Amino acid sequence: MPKDNELDKHEASKSSSWQSAVDDWSADKQSFDMPWGKLMMWIFLLSDTFIFSVFLIGYMNVRMSATVAWPNPSEVFALTIAGHHIPLVLIAIMTFILITSSGTMAMAVNYAYQGNKQKTVYLMAATALLGASFVGMQAFEWTKLIVEEGIRPWDNPMGANQFGAAFFMITGFHGLHVSAGVIYISVIARRVHQGKYQKKGYQIVEVTGLYWHFVDLVWVFIFAFFYLW
Amino acid sequence: MSKQNTETAHTELADKTQHPISMYLKVWLLLFVLSTFSYMVDYYQFQGALRWTLILVFMFLKAGLIIMVFMHLAWERAAVKLLLFVPPLAILVFIVLMASEAEYVFINRVISFFNP
Repeated sequence: MPKDNELDKHEASKSSSWQSAVDDWSADKQSFDMPWGKLMMWIFLLSDTFIFSVFLIGYMNVRMSATVAWPNPSEVFALTIAGHHIPLVLIAIMTFILITSSGTMAMAVNYAYQGNKQKTVYLMAATALLGASFVGMQAFEWTKLIVEEGIRPWDNPMGANQFGAAFFMITGFHGLHVSAGVIYISVIARRVHQGKYQKKGYQIVEVTGLYWHFVDLVWVFIFAFFYLW
Repeated sequence: MSKQNTETAHTELADKTQHPISMYLKVWLLLFVLSTFSYMVDYYQFQGALRWTLILVFMFLKAGLIIMVFMHLAWERAAVKLLLFVPPLAILVFIVLMASEAEYVFINRVISFFNP
């Protein structure tokens, strides 16, 4: 049946092009072909993108307009470990931890769709633990900066006063997202373990994963713009 | 590149939600390497335009991998991609506006605080 084959080919090429968007919007059906929970998560993440962007733009604005030199993050976040002075080392470790947690979450989603309940729960638990350790390191970092270095939102001994406000605002809001994510993942992992999604399907794991990857994504931008720039 | 494309198309046809675990491990490894590179930018103290370029390149590569593979956006329909990528264009406009505003504030601070 050559004609059917042609049609299939046509369909396949359509699904990955602009035409598919036109079809989705003009057809007499819902525009986004996904469960509403997933769509709502995407829309929430889109709005969260704007919130974090506004914070980072505010940081850019105060850093560009400051007449006093901006503190060098490479030095501010350096640690001395076993006699070695290593710049930014804690932040690098936190970055690796968050990426690892994103990897375990992605695999949890994969196993969830395979219906492998046990592996899903283990990987989600690993993700939550890694997230919690990230928050722990951030608490350590904040304590060090506040108690030892004397950094406050209104001034600091290293340079431009705006540094503290931008730092606590941006990393604080991100840390809040990580903390919320740890709770969210723990709750969902527990419910997966209890078998609450056996009948409903495991879409919820993917939705949870979207949130967690977004938290990792935001960290990529914070790492680049706040710590490295 | 074309090999990757055919692979993507193949998995899409096979099943939208099923990918081998090895794919995630590879992307994970790649993210590790890219993070190490961006850390090296600071460790070896590259400065100026080279530093900013490297930071942005590694940042966008990492962000792209996370969004496209981990968040599975590569396998979503164009309608979803448009939903997610068109509104943030407003952010780019905002960045330009705020950057020029910051320049203005900076110049005025220099003029009024340092030139009596």
